[in-house]
Amino acid sequence: MSAARIYFGNIYSALLTVAVGMKITFKHLFTPSVTIQYPEVKLKMPERARNRLYVNIDDCIGCDQCAMACPVDCISIDTIKSTPDQDLGATSTGHKKRLHVPKFDIDIAKCCYCGLCVYPCPTECIVMTDVYEFSEFDRHDLIYHFSVMTPGEIELAKAKLKKSEEEAAAKKAAAAAAAKAVPAAGTAPVPQIKSDGGSPPQPPTPSTPT
Amino acid sequence: MDAIQNLGVWGSILIAVLLSAIPIVFILLYALVTLYMEMKVAAHMQDRVAYMRTGWHGVLQPFADILKLLQKEDIISRQADRALFILSPYVVFIGTYAGFAAIPFSSIYIGSNINLGAFFIVAASSLVVIGILMGGWASNNKWSIFGAMRSAAQMISYEIPTALAILVAVMITGSLNLQDVTRFQEGGIQNWLLFGGPLPLMQKILIIPFTLITFLILFIASLAEVNRTPFDLPEAESELVQGFNTEYSGMRFAMFYLAEYANMFLVSGVAVALFLGGWSSPFGSFLSGPIWGIFWFIGKGMALVFLQIWIRWTLPRLRVDQLMYTSWKVLTPFLFVCIIAVGLILVL
Repeated sequence: MSAARIYFGNIYSALLTVAVGMKITFKHLFTPSVTIQYPEVKLKMPERARNRLYVNIDDCIGCDQCAMACPVDCISIDTIKSTPDQDLGATSTGHKKRLHVPKFDIDIAKCCYCGLCVYPCPTECIVMTDVYEFSEFDRHDLIYHFSVMTPGEIELAKAKLKKSEEEAAAKKAAAAAAAKAVPAAGTAPVPQIKSDGGSPPQPPTPSTPT
Repeated sequence: MDAIQNLGVWGSILIAVLLSAIPIVFILLYALVTLYMEMKVAAHMQDRVAYMRTGWHGVLQPFADILKLLQKEDIISRQADRALFILSPYVVFIGTYAGFAAIPFSSIYIGSNINLGAFFIVAASSLVVIGILMGGWASNNKWSIFGAMRSAAQMISYEIPTALAILVAVMITGSLNLQDVTRFQEGGIQNWLLFGGPLPLMQKILIIPFTLITFLILFIASLAEVNRTPFDLPEAESELVQGFNTEYSGMRFAMFYLAEYANMFLVSGVAVALFLGGWSSPFGSFLSGPIWGIFWFIGKGMALVFLQIWIRWTLPRLRVDQLMYTSWKVLTPFLFVCIIAVGLILVL
């Protein structure tokens, strides 16, 4: 290819590409734009979008699985055991609730929206909703408190637990004391039927073991 | 003229000042419109909308931009050369504004009816090169000086195609006075120099390819004069921040910006006056007259400005060596051929 051919070929291709490019941009001048005027118009989220967490606290059995599954440790749960005489009811999935949940905090600022906490929940009470507009002015407003127990109820539950623990401890202490008395008597005496007919067996008299 | 002389010295000075202030009013209004047009055209070419919140569809946005620039802090770095730094936006603007003196807005209004109109415009817009070099040097910033030197090289090398293209038009009409050139093209679209001018048919047919090429080259060279894409290496926004503009803030930057838009209209105005019939109506005598002339001139000027905006959002930037190659090895030889051809056709 001679230099002249290359030279004119370059000029021709330059002009052609400019013309083609300008035709495309001109066409795009009249295509409708793809911008939507948020916040008047909002895009619809997909069905399984992973946005803000929601906890249905009535279904929570306090198993702590979600807190353990969270990779950034944004869920913190406290539980209080309930005593056998309390009836906390059942969840909507049929699980019997045995633990009070006085504290169920999710720091939504730490949450990485991975959804790992949703699967381990036995009652499906923690879900990811499609809410994405939840900014706050104060960072501490981003710690969501899901528990609905009032301080009075919490005190009551703790008191009940303490009482039942104390009773159990007392019972245990009494049983331990009673058990301590048994080995001091040596082998347990076999009750002998006396010939004098029907007198109750005498309690064994303490004697020193040989 | 007699009325002006009767007013005495101060009166005539006042009249002169008022007449020369008309282009600056025009430039300010035109800058607002062009700012809005640029952002809207740019947005729609990219399938998006531009500002929608300031006023209906963003019409108040240029005012907001200017207010923002006005209230910014005026920062001059300590190592900067103060005198040159402060002076350079004004030199750039003066170079551009001086060119407006010789543009015929209408048959009744031309800032200054110089017989060397086109030559004066080319000379006055060379002041812009000095202003840019001053700005880049005085900023005491490596990127600014790169931008300034590239800009100087670019503008000087593209002044040659500009001048030669103007020469072609002048050859056909025989006068450098832009008002005369425009009057030469009166009478309708077939008389525009773009289509050969009011010449006998045989000459006209022979000359049309050369005038078309010349107009195209004039347009490309004027893009380079204004530092617009694809020749905007001096303000290569992704490479040099803003080139020589980097250290300027607030009102000084606004001055550079205004000078750039004014320059856009200046070179469009020159191309319109020389090749597209200036203020004459394309329909001949229909819709022509002094006031209609202003409308036609500004309309054609804005059409060329739209073309410049359109090209800006289509093409990527040229490298500096491609830029130089285009000017010296493509545009100038083609123009030499055009000059010789047009000269021969006119003579024979």
